[in-house]
Amino acid sequence: MAASTLVIKDLHVEIEGKEILKGVNLTINTGEFHAVMGPNGTGKSTLASAIMGHPKYEITKGSVLLNGEDVLEMEVDERAQAGLFLAMQYPSEISGVTNSDFLRSSINALRGEGNEIPLMQFIKEMDAAMDYLEMDKNMAQRYLNEGFSGGEKKRNEILQLMLLKPAIGILDEIDSGLDIDALKVVSKGINKMRNDGFGCLIITHYQRLLEYITPDKVHVMMQGRVVKSGGPELAERLEAEGYEWIKEELGIEDETVGQEA
Amino acid sequence: MAVETKLPYDKQYVSQFSEKRGEPNWMKEFRLQALEQSENLPMPKPEKTRIDTWNFTEFNHEVTGAEISNLEELPEQLKVFFDLESKNENVLIQRNHTVAYASLADSLKDKGVIFTDIFTAVKEHSDLVKKYYMRDTLSVDENRLTALHAALLNGGVFIYVPKNVVIDEPLQTIFWQEDEEAALYNHVLIVADQGSEVTYVENYVSHNDEKPSVANIVTEVIALDQARVSYGAVDNFAQGTTTYVNRRGVAYRDAKIEWAIGQMNDGNTISENTTNLMGDNSHAEAKAVTVGRGNQSQNFVANITHFGKGSEGYILSHGVMKDKASSIFSGIGKIEHGASKSNAEQESRVLMLSEGARGDANPILLIDEDDVTAGHAASVGRVDPLQLFYLMSRGISKKEAERLVIHGFLAPVVNQIPIEAVRKQLTNVIERKVN
Ligand SMILES: Nc1ncnc2c1ncn2[C@@H]1O[C@H](COP(=O)(O)OP(=O)(O)O)[C@@H](O)[C@H]1O
Ligand SMILES: [Mg+2]
Repeated sequence: MAASTLVIKDLHVEIEGKEILKGVNLTINTGEFHAVMGPNGTGKSTLASAIMGHPKYEITKGSVLLNGEDVLEMEVDERAQAGLFLAMQYPSEISGVTNSDFLRSSINALRGEGNEIPLMQFIKEMDAAMDYLEMDKNMAQRYLNEGFSGGEKKRNEILQLMLLKPAIGILDEIDSGLDIDALKVVSKGINKMRNDGFGCLIITHYQRLLEYITPDKVHVMMQGRVVKSGGPELAERLEAEGYEWIKEELGIEDETVGQEA
Repeated sequence: MAVETKLPYDKQYVSQFSEKRGEPNWMKEFRLQALEQSENLPMPKPEKTRIDTWNFTEFNHEVTGAEISNLEELPEQLKVFFDLESKNENVLIQRNHTVAYASLADSLKDKGVIFTDIFTAVKEHSDLVKKYYMRDTLSVDENRLTALHAALLNGGVFIYVPKNVVIDEPLQTIFWQEDEEAALYNHVLIVADQGSEVTYVENYVSHNDEKPSVANIVTEVIALDQARVSYGAVDNFAQGTTTYVNRRGVAYRDAKIEWAIGQMNDGNTISENTTNLMGDNSHAEAKAVTVGRGNQSQNFVANITHFGKGSEGYILSHGVMKDKASSIFSGIGKIEHGASKSNAEQESRVLMLSEGARGDANPILLIDEDDVTAGHAASVGRVDPLQLFYLMSRGISKKEAERLVIHGFLAPVVNQIPIEAVRKQLTNVIERKVN
């Protein structure tokens, strides 16, 4: 499998004229799982959305390169074609489009014209992934995310991740709103993706998810920046002691965006 | 600038046209009287739509077309309207103003079913046509265009289903304006006698992207006691055609009329669909989808008026507006005094895909009776950029993402259409219009 690298350099992002990210630096290689942690309101979703090209976020400075190519110059679909995937914190609901039609369109869009997936192969792959994620089969025929519970939406994001097989997956709060059983299933899906051709950025504000997925690197975000990075032991310390010690260490009073250090 | 609305077709022309077709005298007189009335009647006044610059006068009134002996001879553009695998025993194709092809299963002929062009019908079934033609559902003097319709009638079909005859296979017509300037003054008259059942499917097709022409269409469905009529239409007039189409129905006791209409014209269009629920326990469903594109302006009215007790009316329309297309959707549920225990429901939704597109939905409930139920839902909105972001983040192009959102938006109506052939046609036409 091809190796890929996503390099985020000095990324500044505004939303509606307000600066949210103030210089984020991160490098993710395939084969690595990175966790980005931090309390609410520190810019984690902004980072994820800006990388994928969310229409509301404006990049004012910095760069995002995937294998040296300028991601910020690409349309959203081109970013996906280049190998990026974002599991969204709040996936959209799309009425009238079945989950399976959507999945097939996505797979075919990535495979390209003339190389469409044979229907039987698609059904086989989808069924296998749904079984793996313990999803009810009739979810394939339901309209995309419409009326899905919070947990069903999250599983559905991981279903897409498994079928679309990106080079770099960014998972924004994939654990929020999940009960313990669902959390285990979702983690199982993510762990199955682990290989040399896949890198992952796991965003969470609970340490709980990291009991099931062991990250190679852990980063803490506050005030729109990565303020601390380390190995899995950093997550463990956060679990035991919370975020206060980091704030004290760095002299931060309010960790949310918009507060000066 | 107001366009000239006086036509070059006078009394002498209309008399000769009628005589040439061997019409009975009552029909000729009917035309002449309508022509006279047309001169003093106002144009229709569709809500919030300006029609004073629309072309209603430039067209050719009489153009012949070649006959065909087999549906295989049709060009691809028309073949798509047929399921060539099935027998297609009940088909009428009108090419310009000629009947190019007509067939009806012997089993139906034997039962007394009539399915023929309107000119043959006024000659061979004069009394039957006269009894219903432009009487129960629409009057000649509603406006100048209804009067001109009566005066200049140059196409159409007549269907009569005798008492208690149930027709399983759909009767299908194609009104094909092959000639780019041929105007269509088309009349479809369906009389379903007591306890009968029929499904009818029609398509209007023209190819005049630039040349101006006019379509002035009236449909009348008469569903007598306990009759059931399922009426499917997919309109495909090209950009050059100005369309004024009135589809009217009247349902008597325990009768049911189901409309499924794909309003897929590319030109300016006024489309009205009105059903009068005259009989107790009568029932109407009016389902419509539309995709507007280019610069076209369209006005849609769906009206169900309840007279009979315990009558049920259900209006459902979804429209997508692209480019600079604009559309007004009015849904009217009217319950007359005395129509107790009736139920009037409607839903209309408009989705705008571009900055320049415009849409407006006006749900109207007019209720003159206490003991009834009624409800309406309406929404007009732009496509959600987050939906497009979500789809595109999976590698789907913007165009394909919009295509999915449009199909999805129209699916709740398309999926409810009871006639399979119409569902398939609609899916194809929507596909063509979205791309
Ligand atoms: N649509 C928005 N409009 C204005 N401010 C926003 C918007 N979305 C997020 N923000 C602000 O950006 C900051 C970071 O938000 P976010 O990236 O969602 O944080 P996190 O994911 O870490 O909880 C917060 O202060 C939030 O209020
Ligand atoms: Mg967030």
